[in-house]
Amino acid sequence: MLNIGLIMEKIADIKAILPFLLKGAVVTIKVTSLAVLMGIALGTILGLARVSKSKWLKSISKAYIEFFRGTPLLIQLFILYFGLPNLGIKLSPYFAAVLGLGLNSGAYVGEIVRSGINSINKGQMEAARSLGMSYPQAMRYVVLPQAIKRVIPPLGNEFIALLKNSSLVSVISVKDLTRQSRLVNSRTYQTFLIYISAAVIYFCMTFVLTRLVNYVERRLSVSD
Amino acid sequence: MIRVEDLHKYFGDLEVLKGIDETVEQGEVIVVVGPSGSGKSTFLRCLNRLEEPTAGRIFIDGQQINSPEIDINQLRQETGMVFQHFNLFPHKTSLGNITLAPMKIKGIAEEEAKQIAYDLLDKVGLKDKADTYPSQLSGGQKQRIAIARALAMQPKVMLFDEPTSALDPEMVGEVLDVMEDLADEGMTMVVVTHEMGFAREAGDRVLFMDGGVIVESAPPEELFNNPQEKRTQEFLKKVY
Repeated sequence: MLNIGLIMEKIADIKAILPFLLKGAVVTIKVTSLAVLMGIALGTILGLARVSKSKWLKSISKAYIEFFRGTPLLIQLFILYFGLPNLGIKLSPYFAAVLGLGLNSGAYVGEIVRSGINSINKGQMEAARSLGMSYPQAMRYVVLPQAIKRVIPPLGNEFIALLKNSSLVSVISVKDLTRQSRLVNSRTYQTFLIYISAAVIYFCMTFVLTRLVNYVERRLSVSD
Repeated sequence: MIRVEDLHKYFGDLEVLKGIDETVEQGEVIVVVGPSGSGKSTFLRCLNRLEEPTAGRIFIDGQQINSPEIDINQLRQETGMVFQHFNLFPHKTSLGNITLAPMKIKGIAEEEAKQIAYDLLDKVGLKDKADTYPSQLSGGQKQRIAIARALAMQPKVMLFDEPTSALDPEMVGEVLDVMEDLADEGMTMVVVTHEMGFAREAGDRVLFMDGGVIVESAPPEELFNNPQEKRTQEFLKKVY
């Protein structure tokens, strides 16, 4: 039996909670975007260090990646937000969240960049060097432009994972989508409705991100 | 033009080049033949230091190229290299492949670089492929573009590392034609190849390498028709 009255009531409930959730979603997007940018910058440096000839750069980069991949993101966030104050360093929740996600993502992006560079035939570097390009020039004009195409799909996966992992920052009192959901829930107890709504909003965001990655991938494949 | 003195190269404990002494005159075309594993590619790659010589000295145009003071990037601009597997840049068109190094290394303006590139495309007979990506070219066309790319830096010496070995038989000719033209123009060339026709046609001298040394060096007719060394005779009997 369809109960029109109940459905109308639920729609009214959703209308009431939606603004709170969307406010959280905006924070989620902001934190994730900044972390993505940080992850790309850091990951590129780590990836280049991993394939460089310098033993020092190699081992530092490797140690970094091992540490951040080998420990839980939640613990990393706890260290940054709750742990560092013991050493006299106090970060705002928002800053700690971006930093934690970015440092963590950098490790994964670093591995992706490394495998992307390694997937480019050695002959490409040799051809570029044989023309007289320096190592940085050969990287910049020949190897990286090709590697970028290869790393787009795994990077897309990484950033979708990052977006979802960003829900963890709710525990260091960042008012993201997950925390807003919990706050609204503690006031209204519309638990099912609230978390289903949150899931739908997360899904919309990852869906858009997936399309975006596919679009970039298509755009970059003109020469194949 | 090129002088090699007592060149040795080790890969780990394996001695691949066991003391090479050789001089290549300006405008000379040297063809290097020999069984696989004889060190001929390694020898060629030492000439632009894609392989780092373990010991010995290499001079190009009077400069010792394997001394710590030398600017290796400057040196490599003067020695063009053509690879067995072409190694064209797949993300660039033919034109982009040829103009990249002149523009980025020498800082030549785009228009001028394009002009140079069109002239070279004309020379290798591929003017109509200027805007084509390598994935749409045949092997022979790829190798001709690769030759044009190397020539765009206006090198004094051209090194060829088995330039026709990866090609289908019907495409070998078009690449060799371009190389013969280049030889006729007086380019100094060192060519590692199995193409005896090319050696006879364009070669001034043939080096037979085996076991990391140059066993015999003679003009092509002499070396092919009347080899002096036993190892050369055995190799030629097996191959031709």
